[in-house]
Amino acid sequence: MDDTARSGDTLLLKLEHVSKRFGGVQALDDVAFEVHPGEVLCLAGENGSGKSTLIKTISGVHQPDPGAVMEWRGETLGSMDPASARGIGIQVIWQDLALFPHMSVAENIAFERNLGARPTVVDYATMRREADAILSRLGVEIDLDAPVSSLSIARRQLVAIARALVADAALIFMDEPTASLSRAETEALIDIVRRLSYEGIAVVFVSHRLAEVLDICSRVTVLRDGKLVGTYPTEGMTQTRLTELMTGATFDYETHTSRATDGTPILETERLGRAGEYEDVSLSIAPGEIVGLTGRLGSGRTELALSIFGMTPPDRGRILLEGRPLRLGSNRDAIDAGIAYVSEDRLSLGLVQDQPIEDNVVVTVLDRLLGSAGLLSPARKAEVADDWIARLKVKIGQPSDAVSTLSGGNQQRIVLAKWLATRPKLLILDSPTVGVDVGARAGIFDIVDGLAREGMAILLISDETPEVYFNADRVLHMRDGRIVETFRPDAMALDDMEAAVHG
Amino acid sequence: MARRLPIGGTEAWLLAVILLICVCLSLTTETFLTLVNAFDLLNYSAVNLIFAAGLLVVLIAGGIDISFAVGASVVQYLVVITLMQIGGGNWAVGISLAILFGAALGAINAALIYHFRIISIVVTIATFNLFFGLLMFFSGGVSLYLLPDWLSSRVILFEHETSFGWAEITLPVAVMVAVLVATWALLNRLSIGRQLFAMGDNPEAARRLGINIGAMHYLAYCWLGACAGIAGLMQAHYAREVVPNALYGRELEVLAAVVLGGARLGGGRGTLLGAVLGLALISITQNGLNLLGISPYAFRMIVGAIILVAISMSSDTFAVLREKVRRHRATGRAEGTA
Repeated sequence: MDDTARSGDTLLLKLEHVSKRFGGVQALDDVAFEVHPGEVLCLAGENGSGKSTLIKTISGVHQPDPGAVMEWRGETLGSMDPASARGIGIQVIWQDLALFPHMSVAENIAFERNLGARPTVVDYATMRREADAILSRLGVEIDLDAPVSSLSIARRQLVAIARALVADAALIFMDEPTASLSRAETEALIDIVRRLSYEGIAVVFVSHRLAEVLDICSRVTVLRDGKLVGTYPTEGMTQTRLTELMTGATFDYETHTSRATDGTPILETERLGRAGEYEDVSLSIAPGEIVGLTGRLGSGRTELALSIFGMTPPDRGRILLEGRPLRLGSNRDAIDAGIAYVSEDRLSLGLVQDQPIEDNVVVTVLDRLLGSAGLLSPARKAEVADDWIARLKVKIGQPSDAVSTLSGGNQQRIVLAKWLATRPKLLILDSPTVGVDVGARAGIFDIVDGLAREGMAILLISDETPEVYFNADRVLHMRDGRIVETFRPDAMALDDMEAAVHG
Repeated sequence: MARRLPIGGTEAWLLAVILLICVCLSLTTETFLTLVNAFDLLNYSAVNLIFAAGLLVVLIAGGIDISFAVGASVVQYLVVITLMQIGGGNWAVGISLAILFGAALGAINAALIYHFRIISIVVTIATFNLFFGLLMFFSGGVSLYLLPDWLSSRVILFEHETSFGWAEITLPVAVMVAVLVATWALLNRLSIGRQLFAMGDNPEAARRLGINIGAMHYLAYCWLGACAGIAGLMQAHYAREVVPNALYGRELEVLAAVVLGGARLGGGRGTLLGAVLGLALISITQNGLNLLGISPYAFRMIVGAIILVAISMSSDTFAVLREKVRRHRATGRAEGTA
């Protein structure tokens, strides 16, 4: 290219030949990466594509393997640690935000002042002043003395951004910043990112919500399997094309085809209500039907699901399973009745991470695996586990490996397998693709579709409108604890549904 | 914005309970509300308060230590033997040695926890047994009665004659105040103290910010070790003898008091005021039972009950209880209208 030399002078960060190997895994393989001052760049890629490793290498958490060239404002960078990376103006806002929950907002924002190698006297007044100044620069108001643990996720994120700005950042990485934000909060965040960019601060945005990525960024760098796929202008880029670049595969997006759904509904609720959570919910799901349930965070979706699963008793109304009223004292009753629930919080609630894959699969059906003398039969256990691992096409090493060795998408399949082993009539899926890659999502929904074809009733809960739009026969819209609308995806456009739910 | 209390909720609760107990004891006993008793309580509690200040630092940093009390016994022996070797010494030498030996024992814990990545409770249960076993083995369980003169003679800083006898404040109280002030300054006024809070609050975030996690471990455990060393010396001074198992079991009493004072097991939260009040509550209860002539065996039982109540009354539990009450009422209303 003829303008390489010219643009080389203005580059903020330039990386070439960056590789990183962890044991047997080549996390990064000869990656090149460039950031211009003040630009908003997107770093896209599936889980395990090397995004996090790249960020950690640039921010000094990991050292690249020998041979890497890293330049900052045209000067070669030597070996870096987190402190020196921050010293030159590289800040990372991690997905978990890395804040100190029991400390005040002011101290979190200005904690940099406490980091000197030499012990110094803490200057609370200056810290407060600095924090206050940064928050006004961001145009947000947060109580400086409140502990961070008392804030919503969105506000914690603002605190993390403010902390990055205190240190005179020139380049801020944001790792999945919108993963747990509502649409309004996301828009507020995007405004702030634009404001930073206007001030000349470069932002590298890591996000799996592709619409957002294309909306906010000027360029997108795509990684796959630790290798650079390329860097592309977002102008003219489509979500479909970006997905193909990330996964190396092509997908077709079509709305779900409705199936014949006669016969007794598997699940019915009659004017179900629970004080402060949801009111007057009447719904029914027929055999083989996939019903979507969407709404903003706090609309009562998950609370309703927990009641159907017997975890929290409703105050009024009835739940019927195959026409018979159900009395649920606990989730054990629900499981016995044929209801399965795949939780939103897959990693913390759904699996025992350190336990073998096969043990996780069979944990819901241990009573069916008893051999002679009422002891657990290893042969039966292996049989059930192997069967489901094969049916759901889970990629594993050994069934005896710990679940924590699996990728997000495969872990989600193990959660599914665990519940499918109970042979449920009704499967409740709560945000089944949170933290799962675009490519792996399609696989999960293929499985769900197959289950519906076998006659299972499925309640699919998600705050991602496209997810319910493309995968459900009917979509119920919940707001403030009530079902306010029913959509039919095959009779409306995605944008209209999106506008109705989030607009 | 709601105005915040100058002190936290836990401290306010503790203060209220302590006042209530004091009022009850003042009404039921003649001797509780006297200067002599108050000063005795203070002199006696000084050692535990020094322990508590050190332990608080470790708890805030996200660790725990079971070994500090027997460590203090080890320090007593080492200090007294060293002093006799060098011909007696004085307070400055004695306190310096106590800090040195105590910090060295703390450094052993820190090294095992940080370099070998072993959980702190496991390490310190092991060192608790190790320290105590070594002490009993080498001392043969024999007490030391021959202390340097300066160590075994009482240092009275303030005295006042009352109708109940002489009320005195002795040296351990002054040392205790000095340790509390130093610990307060470390935790609240120095950047490294805030780094300790940060590490206890979110270790991964602290690591990513470049806080020297190893140095913080040594700081926390050596601080507790040094405090324990000083406390050991003060206990020997107060008792005028060194008995190998004199401090055995003290660790749980102090741990209970510090946790009662709002320090979070797991790190990141805790105040010195809370620790002092927690210890005050337990000491006053013990003192009151004594004055009321109740069996000393009841003390442990009551301490246990106090801790259970305190931990159940944490804010989380309150939230759950409130929710249950709210739900119960809501259900009641719904049935009433149906």
